[in-house]
Amino acid sequence: MSQQPAPETPPAAEPPAERSAWRMMFRMARPRATRANFFAAALALALGFALATQVQQTQQQGLEQLREDELVRILDDVSQDAARLGNDARALEVTRDRLLSGADSSAEALRAAQERLDTLGILAGTVPAEGPGIVLTIDDPDKKVTSALLLDALQELRDAGAEAVQIGNVRVVASTYFTDVPNGIEVSGVPVSAPYEIRAIGESATMASAMDIPGGVSESVRRLGAVSRVEQRKSLSITALHTLEEPQYARPVPGPTGPGG
Amino acid sequence: MIPVLGLIGGILIGLFLQPEVPLWLQPYLPIAVIAALDAVFGAVRAVLDGIFNDKVFVVSFLANVVVAGFIVFLGDQLGVGSQLSTGVVVVLGVRIFSNVASIRRHLFRA
Repeated sequence: MSQQPAPETPPAAEPPAERSAWRMMFRMARPRATRANFFAAALALALGFALATQVQQTQQQGLEQLREDELVRILDDVSQDAARLGNDARALEVTRDRLLSGADSSAEALRAAQERLDTLGILAGTVPAEGPGIVLTIDDPDKKVTSALLLDALQELRDAGAEAVQIGNVRVVASTYFTDVPNGIEVSGVPVSAPYEIRAIGESATMASAMDIPGGVSESVRRLGAVSRVEQRKSLSITALHTLEEPQYARPVPGPTGPGG
Repeated sequence: MIPVLGLIGGILIGLFLQPEVPLWLQPYLPIAVIAALDAVFGAVRAVLDGIFNDKVFVVSFLANVVVAGFIVFLGDQLGVGSQLSTGVVVVLGVRIFSNVASIRRHLFRA
């Protein structure tokens, strides 16, 4: 190396000088079995080993090798983070509580709406109903019973508190009508024939006595030569349904408290 | 060539074994590594200057490592360990930079 001061490198032109530098590197890189080269290799080995070890040590660095001020700084950071995260957690808890109570109130509203739906469904005749009630059967062999009598009977039942009524296979609702046709009676356009069976859900004793009052339904039926029979039942089911039709002209007027109030 | 192979082999051994650095060595190992790197770059530069000497390289390598470790040790004893470590790293970094610049000029003429 030093015994050969590069005689073939004239410092005249740059390319030869550059080439000589590379050539010198390559010459140095040739393996030489000298003791100093062996030492250099051992040192390089130790350096590479230390380098890799230190890199890995840094990557998995724990707290134990940090200095005091660094530890204090880390502690400060952690404390600030904890305070900030605590604030976040409290805010989120408040939000969660609000959402939970909101869910409660909406579940309450849903329950109330379901109750209203059930009530209105029974009133409108769109859901089946069951409960205590009476079954009024009118046998009419001479076909003397008119629609007016059935209407009277229905009115008496309503006065007595009937909540759901079915005549034959027709659910009685607000728009139910009775017409006389040559072969009998039509209820809402559906022909019904004797024996007429009227099922009414309500307080059965009250309705039964309402049928029997002087000048009431039973007496009128008897006067026509027909036979009426009232049967009180603890449990009665009304399964005939009324099909709702969308009102063509009438529109609901929103109340002062809104449609839900 | 052999030292380069030694360097690569050392890195591979370190990666493969993943040794735990003993606690007493932990403050000194990074400084020692940087000092050794300075010696290596200085050696490459000496090769290009045509003044490389194997014995000088070995001695300067060991001396660099020992002195760097001793400075850090002294700084720790005096309570200025972190500052002195920073100073050593800065000085060695400047030396490495100047050596690399010289090597670059030799090899690339730029």
